[in-house]
Amino acid sequence: MKPPTTSPTLDVAAIRRQFPILAREVNGNRLVYLDNGATAQKPQPVIDAMAHYYRELNANIHRGVHHLSQQATHAYEQARETVRAYIHAEQAAEVLFTSGTTAGINLVATCWGRKHLKPGDEIILSTMEHHSNIVPWQLICQQQQSRLKILPITHAGELRLDAFQELLSERTRLVAIAHVSNTLGSVNPVARVIELAHAQGALVLLDGAQAMPHMRVDVQALGVDFYAFSGHKMFAPTGVGVLYGKAALLNDMPPYQGGGEMIERVTFDKTTFAELPHKFEAGTPNIVGGIGLGAAIAWFAQFDAEAVTAHEQDLLAYATAQLSALPRVTILGTAPHKVCVISFLLADAHPFDVGTILDQQGVAVRTGHHCTQPLMDFYNISGTVRASFAIYNHRAEVDALVAAVARAANMLA
Amino acid sequence: MTINQIQDAIIEEFGCFNRWMDKYEYLIDLGKKLPIIEPQYKTEQHLIRGCQSQVWLRAELRNGAVTFTADSDALITKGIIALLVRVLDAQQPMDIAHTELYFIDAIGLQAHLSPTRSNGLLSMVNTLKSIGEKFSKAH
Ligand SMILES: Cc1ncc(COP(=O)(O)O)c(C=O)c1O
Repeated sequence: MKPPTTSPTLDVAAIRRQFPILAREVNGNRLVYLDNGATAQKPQPVIDAMAHYYRELNANIHRGVHHLSQQATHAYEQARETVRAYIHAEQAAEVLFTSGTTAGINLVATCWGRKHLKPGDEIILSTMEHHSNIVPWQLICQQQQSRLKILPITHAGELRLDAFQELLSERTRLVAIAHVSNTLGSVNPVARVIELAHAQGALVLLDGAQAMPHMRVDVQALGVDFYAFSGHKMFAPTGVGVLYGKAALLNDMPPYQGGGEMIERVTFDKTTFAELPHKFEAGTPNIVGGIGLGAAIAWFAQFDAEAVTAHEQDLLAYATAQLSALPRVTILGTAPHKVCVISFLLADAHPFDVGTILDQQGVAVRTGHHCTQPLMDFYNISGTVRASFAIYNHRAEVDALVAAVARAANMLA
Repeated sequence: MTINQIQDAIIEEFGCFNRWMDKYEYLIDLGKKLPIIEPQYKTEQHLIRGCQSQVWLRAELRNGAVTFTADSDALITKGIIALLVRVLDAQQPMDIAHTELYFIDAIGLQAHLSPTRSNGLLSMVNTLKSIGEKFSKAH
């Protein structure tokens, strides 16, 4: 007998109870945390895994013969395996632990760029990139006398694939694009970007910082060459992240930083380097961070991906409708395919003023340029107010946001 | 009035506000009324860059006292500037350099002058104090 086919739904109330911080008050109101794009809150299992590590396992890894060191090493490498399975990398050696997205992109720009970029070579970025996916490329392009080309976007906040095809040429060596825009929420058509870039012989790096907290990513199905993300935006601690890279590419790159852990044999004449992933992980890593990231992924993976998407899309549709119904609110980023991130402006009020008044009402949002100044220039504004949601947000918090914005509108008019 | 007399007067005025909204409405109002720095001085030279809101500050020594005008692109920041102008304008350079601005804390606006707020206000106060220092030495 077949079980009834009901699509699973999320028990958001139960999820909320796993986040102790959501119970606290701010300025006399229950916290409404809508700054998930900056960093997500941590569920109890992640907090527990980290406390457990310090209580029971703390030791330096990979080098010790003693029991604790072996247990700690096992826990850390187990976390790497959890990440591997979750993003469906072929081997755990392709999963490099970093300090975050920024570090991962810098690693690729520096190590791959120094070896492979030649004068006149080109790298393509888009208008909507985070500074973390701009500045490392500017630095390496200066050093190598290579050039950046900018893939334009539409007013709604979508990549202009027509223009992309024109920009791609035999000079294009790499395309570095956000999987999801942190300011607009646009989900970019990365499969198509990869297909077009690969057809031209260019590599693709995806900045997955804002995609990972919302969707399942399969690096092999995408065929992506490098994929960077941060733990802290996906319910894990700060200071840990991942750079996925295809083994052949990583093996071919020179190491990043020199030090312990990353060597095979050191003499004053010559040093040989360790195998992947250790070649790129010099020094004692953020052990508890890696373990926390493993715990966060295990926690997040228990939820049905479609149910998560359905819940977040419901929040997006509801919040978009409610905010749009307010007079003088303009939403930036209206691509048909978005995650639940809403940037908006309130008439000509300064986003800082709006954010300050929302904060007085316990509503945490982000204001400013969101580290995307070229995107602000594109819209000819200095900043926006951004509400960014996560799995644990619910409709009542949309209502709180909308009421708080309505009040700010009155006060600032 | 001395700097501290003005600070005490402001603390007393703010004592009447029971709700955060009243306080912020008052600040917004002050911000709207603040005499705007003359456009010719709204230059890079007078700009104090915050990450989010910008502040312009112009200070001069007139008859032994510092007069200053300031402006911001955010209204709440401007409101706080208006309070700072009220406290520090036309005071002696030495007094400005050595003042302790306790009223900000007392009226519950300390967050706006903490290093975490990227509105340029903390830099503005520091700049003002160092201008006071400079003028008192030149004196
Ligand atoms: C799209 C995007 N890329 C990169 C980053 C940088 O991430 P991190 O600061 O964790 O390195 C962020 C974080 O704000 C982001 O949103």
